[in-house]
Amino acid sequence: MNIDGVNTGVVLDHIEAGKGWAIYNLLGLDKVDCTVAIIQRVESTKYGRKDIIKVDGDVKLDLDILGFFDKKMTVNIVKDGALVDKVKLKLPETLTGVIKCKNPRCITSIEQEIVHKFKLADPEKGTYRCVYCDAVYKDHK
Amino acid sequence: MKELRHLINITDLSVDEIYDLVKVAEDIIDNPEKYQDKCARKKLATLFFEPSTRTRLSFTAAMMELGGNVLGFDQAASSSTAKGESVSDTIVMASCYADIIAMRHPKEGAPFVAASHAGVPIINAGDGGHFHPTQTLTDLLTIHKKFGRFDNLTIGLCGDLKFGRTVHSLIEAMLRYKDIKFVMISPEELDLPDYMKEQLDDAGVEWKEMRSLDEAIPELDVLYMTRVQKERFFNEEDYIRLKDSFILQKKMLTPAKKEMIVMHPLPRVNEISVDVDDDPRAAYFFQALMGKYIRMALILFMLGVK
Repeated sequence: MNIDGVNTGVVLDHIEAGKGWAIYNLLGLDKVDCTVAIIQRVESTKYGRKDIIKVDGDVKLDLDILGFFDKKMTVNIVKDGALVDKVKLKLPETLTGVIKCKNPRCITSIEQEIVHKFKLADPEKGTYRCVYCDAVYKDHK
Repeated sequence: MKELRHLINITDLSVDEIYDLVKVAEDIIDNPEKYQDKCARKKLATLFFEPSTRTRLSFTAAMMELGGNVLGFDQAASSSTAKGESVSDTIVMASCYADIIAMRHPKEGAPFVAASHAGVPIINAGDGGHFHPTQTLTDLLTIHKKFGRFDNLTIGLCGDLKFGRTVHSLIEAMLRYKDIKFVMISPEELDLPDYMKEQLDDAGVEWKEMRSLDEAIPELDVLYMTRVQKERFFNEEDYIRLKDSFILQKKMLTPAKKEMIVMHPLPRVNEISVDVDDDPRAAYFFQALMGKYIRMALILFMLGVK
């Protein structure tokens, strides 16, 4: 199967197999005005199987958020057909509207309009806490 | 324009600010007439989405003794919340009518939401099992009045340490002083949450857990009793099983230090026997009185009134 290379844009490589669509939706790639390819379950010597997303266009993407989902992913920035940068992913300081607080005592459990927001509490353990109730977010993997 | 100050958690106040509040409160106790008109023509809104006696009455008494006025509601059913109004809308509306808001809500984080929409200072008067900073200020004033210091104290916290917001806030406040030791006395099911234990470890303070109140009492300077709160349980069976875990009786105070004080945020149910009330170490009603004075000092501070 052939997918054309990216001229100017982003290639997200080494996405955990099966997570490609989730990343596609997370980055809002359904709304961008350029060519996007999701390649799923590609053979990988490193991980067995992986997903890849190619975005061919000079669009602004919130890449910080990716670190929360998959730190092993590689983000390649391509310009005029050449790789110009590899972004090293790290855990974002805050997550706004990405994950939901599951504490039944939290104000977000009864007020639907409040945007769920978390802050990075412990970078080593990757712990996030709800900014409203301080509950730890669990089970995101 | 001066930035609005809100009090959501006790750590929103610096150690110096807390000390200043305590000194102002002590001055109010000694010279009440100096303060009787300080808040003339000012209004405090007490927005209580959950029932309360002491906190609401002490806020009301505090504002009245400062010469100000009070408006508000004392349960969600008598506010537009019953019609489905959001916290943020209620707060925006109340900001139009009052100079300062004291708010209690059963859901954790509600005052944080309120603060991001308010046009006037917000004081968290308790949000579920989360924070209760004015109770902590009350506790701190009580400790300072009794000991004249905040450092070098062994504090026993007894009862519901899992959901007890007063306990969590007091720990956060006392962590900032020197030579504080904590003794946690609770049934296993109501142990301090892990995130609070992490804070204790991070701060490097000495602390331990004990399952026997009798064994803990002799080493304590402060015994802080709490009620097992029925409203924090989703399962009534768990509440019934745990509610009588620790009951302080007068005879148990025999090995205690003479200068030890017994504190309780109140209301008590049966965790302190009434025969303790006439022991000189019983400080919980004195503590309730201190609640009014520290709230007077806090209202002055939040409104920027000198």
